[in-house]
Amino acid sequence: MRKYVVYLKTFQKYSFLLSLLVRKEVKKKYKGSFLGILWSLLNPLLHMLVLTLVFSTLFNTSIENFPVYMLCGFLIFNFFSSSTMTSMKSLIFASGLITKVYIPKYIITISTILSNFIFFLISLIDLVLIMIVTRADITVNVLYAPIYLIFLFIFSCGISLMLATVTVFFRDIEHIYGVLITALHFASAIFYPADIIPQKYQFVLQFNPIYYFIEGFRDSVYYGVTPHIYNLLVCFFLAFISLVIGVLVFERNQDKFILHI
Amino acid sequence: MANVDIEVKNVSMRFRLSNEKVESIKEFIFKSLKKNLQYSDFYALKSISFSISKGERIGIIGQNGAGKSTLLKIIAGVLKPTEGEVKVNGSVAPLLELGAGFDHELTGAENIYLNAAILGKSKHYIDSKYDEIVEFSGLGDFIHIPIKNYSSGMRARLGFSIATRLDPDILIIDEILGVGDEQFRKKSTETMMSLVNSGKTVILVSHSLHQVKQLTDKVIWLHKGEIVAIGDSNTVCDQYMAYISSSKI
Repeated sequence: MRKYVVYLKTFQKYSFLLSLLVRKEVKKKYKGSFLGILWSLLNPLLHMLVLTLVFSTLFNTSIENFPVYMLCGFLIFNFFSSSTMTSMKSLIFASGLITKVYIPKYIITISTILSNFIFFLISLIDLVLIMIVTRADITVNVLYAPIYLIFLFIFSCGISLMLATVTVFFRDIEHIYGVLITALHFASAIFYPADIIPQKYQFVLQFNPIYYFIEGFRDSVYYGVTPHIYNLLVCFFLAFISLVIGVLVFERNQDKFILHI
Repeated sequence: MANVDIEVKNVSMRFRLSNEKVESIKEFIFKSLKKNLQYSDFYALKSISFSISKGERIGIIGQNGAGKSTLLKIIAGVLKPTEGEVKVNGSVAPLLELGAGFDHELTGAENIYLNAAILGKSKHYIDSKYDEIVEFSGLGDFIHIPIKNYSSGMRARLGFSIATRLDPDILIIDEILGVGDEQFRKKSTETMMSLVNSGKTVILVSHSLHQVKQLTDKVIWLHKGEIVAIGDSNTVCDQYMAYISSSKI
């Protein structure tokens, strides 16, 4: 019990550092660009434009209101991929600091995820805009969406803590993970309807953790229905389990980080 | 014991020097299979024990590679010892590397906040010290430009001002007397002296025995990771001097 009190106290002590690091990363991402943080808004819109053009003209998609359908999946997936990809390298980038001063090391990884989450929240404005422009039906079920965002955030934290730890010892993970993310991207039904996957390959979606978040988020925002309780539970457990494993893996190894970076 | 600030008990630090650095899974698997993972152990510190009371000023001397910096890093909490434990009461300001946490894209002012936060200070506290830090650094209006445009002397001045103005309980100094230009050096030496003499607990690592004698009460002499002697500054420094001059021949 005392251990956790100490944890909380250190976290409180370094919370100002965490907020500074997040602010620094947000500021630096678009530093020097003319439009600055507006890019967080523009980028998904441009992606949406390209994909909508491709899929509605070339492939003649059957999806109703494709921009909203696609953005729901795209934004969720994009947050997961960018937050895990950047935070897996966070400890290595901060080596100059960690090897010289004591700070709780998870602060560094968490700050990376938080700054990505801020970009993600900004990009959600796009979704709202597009829904208004396309006159999409918004139901009361949209209130489920924040629950998914919180679960997704926790899930990404867990995965990032694991990845950041492993990357310190094996740099190869970085390259493998890039490929894995591309595979996941195509297997997440972002720009195609989930049912076009043949029955015998449906397991791909079942084993893809991100798809559960996309499915639930889409239910509440795009379809405007109450998400399936099964889906909510799966997302909850994914978030919970990944966080527990992430914290354990990180904590067991954090004293060795300095010897490897 | 309330008046013990730092207690080092049986601390050993072992570094695993693998003969080749394994950084990829492929290498790791191949080498594990072939039982080819060879390590040679290197002890930077071997069962070191001592304690430092509140307000005591300790010098650490020894040749290069004696384990001085490793010891400082362990006390500062950067390294975790392989064996033994270290208890520290109070906040530690490591003057190991000035401005270790600087971000070169940010301005001097932003870096003051960042660096102080790295040392675990709250916003409220930094606000109250901000003016004093800027004033002491003597950077004036330069404080608002990114520090990538600073000269190395200016950067050192800022780092020194932050570290010394934050009023730490325990000061760890690793050969840093003398940063910046002549004028600032004089000012920083004075600050150092007043900090050292203000009743704070000080740990000083230096190759200048003159400085050590002058600034500390007690000296630890390390040699190849072991304590050779510990005691009154003058006595231990003289012993060390005698050893150095005899081994040179």
